[in-house]
Amino acid sequence: MFNRDRWKEVLEVLTSNWFRTVLTAFGVFWGILILIILLSAGKGLENGIRADFGDIATNTMFIWTRSTTKAHMGLPIGRNFSFKVEDVATLKEKFPQLRYISPRNQLGGFRGSNNVVKGIKIGAYNVYGDYPEIIKQEPMAITSGRFLNHNDINAKRKIAVIGLGVRNELYEKEEEVLGSYIKIQGVNFMVVGTYKKRTNNGDGEEGQKEIYVPFTSFSQAFNRGNNVGWMSITAKDGYPISDLKMNLVNQMKMTHKIHPDDTRAVGYFDLYEEFNRVESLFGAMSFIGYFVGVLVLLSGIIGVSNIMLIVVKERTKEIGIRRALGEDPWSIKKQILLESIFLTIISGMAGIVCGALFIYGVNAILDANGPVDMFINPSVNLGVVTAALVILIISGLLAGFIPAQSAIKVRPIDALRTE
Amino acid sequence: MIEIKDLHKSYKMGSNSLHVLKGINFSVEAGELVAIMGSSGSGKSTLLNIIGMLDEADEGEYDLDGIPIKNLNETKAANYRNKFLGFIFQSFNLINYKTALENVALPLYYQKMPRKQRQEKAMKYLEQVGLKEWSHHLPSELSGGQKQRVAIARAMVAEPKVLLADELTGALDSTTSYEVMELIQKINDQGNTILVVTHETDIAQMCKRIVYLRDGVIIKDEKVKQVRAKAHV
Repeated sequence: MFNRDRWKEVLEVLTSNWFRTVLTAFGVFWGILILIILLSAGKGLENGIRADFGDIATNTMFIWTRSTTKAHMGLPIGRNFSFKVEDVATLKEKFPQLRYISPRNQLGGFRGSNNVVKGIKIGAYNVYGDYPEIIKQEPMAITSGRFLNHNDINAKRKIAVIGLGVRNELYEKEEEVLGSYIKIQGVNFMVVGTYKKRTNNGDGEEGQKEIYVPFTSFSQAFNRGNNVGWMSITAKDGYPISDLKMNLVNQMKMTHKIHPDDTRAVGYFDLYEEFNRVESLFGAMSFIGYFVGVLVLLSGIIGVSNIMLIVVKERTKEIGIRRALGEDPWSIKKQILLESIFLTIISGMAGIVCGALFIYGVNAILDANGPVDMFINPSVNLGVVTAALVILIISGLLAGFIPAQSAIKVRPIDALRTE
Repeated sequence: MIEIKDLHKSYKMGSNSLHVLKGINFSVEAGELVAIMGSSGSGKSTLLNIIGMLDEADEGEYDLDGIPIKNLNETKAANYRNKFLGFIFQSFNLINYKTALENVALPLYYQKMPRKQRQEKAMKYLEQVGLKEWSHHLPSELSGGQKQRVAIARAMVAEPKVLLADELTGALDSTTSYEVMELIQKINDQGNTILVVTHETDIAQMCKRIVYLRDGVIIKDEKVKQVRAKAHV
């Protein structure tokens, strides 16, 4: 195959009719270009959405309580109940696959009334009673001081970690935050740290306006006893929380004497399922990218095949001469296939290069004009490019196959008669 | 060299078939220069094609230098053509995007001879036909006589057992024809076996033996006194 004369001939044949060669090559070029652009656009969307998820632990579910809808074990319908701190230990014991179980309590909420006072300033914020593990489930960057730790939990320290949004609203620009006190619903907490959450979706600002205090101090200060508002549960990698959630819910129903068929009493949200739904969307997008791209490419391939048929027709006499001179039919077949593969690969390469330039351009524009929601860094990875090359080689072979077959079907005697 | 016994060939033309060769018996010794003469439709080209393994006979035997030529697959036939036969065509049939030298070297390329060796040998044969200085010209830059001489060099280059020429002067004027025939005679003088198909009497007279063909049968096969082409040039 790596034969100087063979390649020379390939070039001679392909350059003998420049215009036609370029037009033919354009079909394949266009197909690959579309394929690359579609896949990179899909990837850009995927990157954007993934960035929205941030580094939140996605193998996570939330579970909370509502009132019962069925009477059970002598307990009435419409009963209100709460998870208890002891439930955490129960779950940990029964489900070793779980990584973090964070019981949480909350004050405030969406459009809550003012609940925090600092000097003469007041504000309405979400205040969470939390265990230190929450930072692993809802990542945040500690910008000054520290986050909660287990000593705070054990000693029920009245300390708080506040978001940058809270800091900006309650403090002067230069004011020292650490060591200062804020009053949450009449109870003083010392600020020991500030955080910043890395989210860029719609509630990004909301995320910075939260206050974290130790779970135990929260319960004591705000009279929650050993009640738990809701739980944030993350399973270990390799154990999808979606598979575990019904067992968890049933366990909680049993612990709290809920009728097994009472579907309302325990509420939950499966983040992992949500994440997977988005994942399957990515899968669908790349499928569409491949599907459309390959179809466009296919029409280019058919063009190549068509032209190769014409080339063979035009060269019928030449093929006849060559066979009269004693060229092996296989050698002729190889020649035609080589021409076809060469044409497809060269034009495909040009398509890949142009696609890469296009992506580069889009990235440059995105960088220059700031981030766009849900679209970051469109790109194709090496795997896709390799796949495209493999598709090209195979399609070059396919495109050349029929013409090559028809070339060796020509009998030398008939070919020579063609005047 | 060539041994043909009771050769038949017919072509299917729609529903009826055309019996072109009706039992040819014919043999050629090594070193002969044979003209096959006949009007058009006499079957002379068909005979040459069968001898050239471009076509297959329906019936009969054909031995080339003791090798029976029968039921060849395409690869084998190509191999035999390459090694045993050299073709010269009426319309030259040079490959028009290759230079004279490349055209001559083509049969050697199919023998997978290394490039350098191949070009040296092709150059030697081009020199023999007097076209050394035209070696890097394309066929379109050559005159008819020059093209035919390139074709002769190409037919010679693989040192075949038999040269087959189909109306080799058909597209040339008489002066050029005689020049080409002179070359053919020279090659024959070196001991090469040559078969020439022609319908021109003067060309046939320049051979050593004439076989007359009419309606698919040999009607006359005679040795003649060779007219040297040189006398006409």
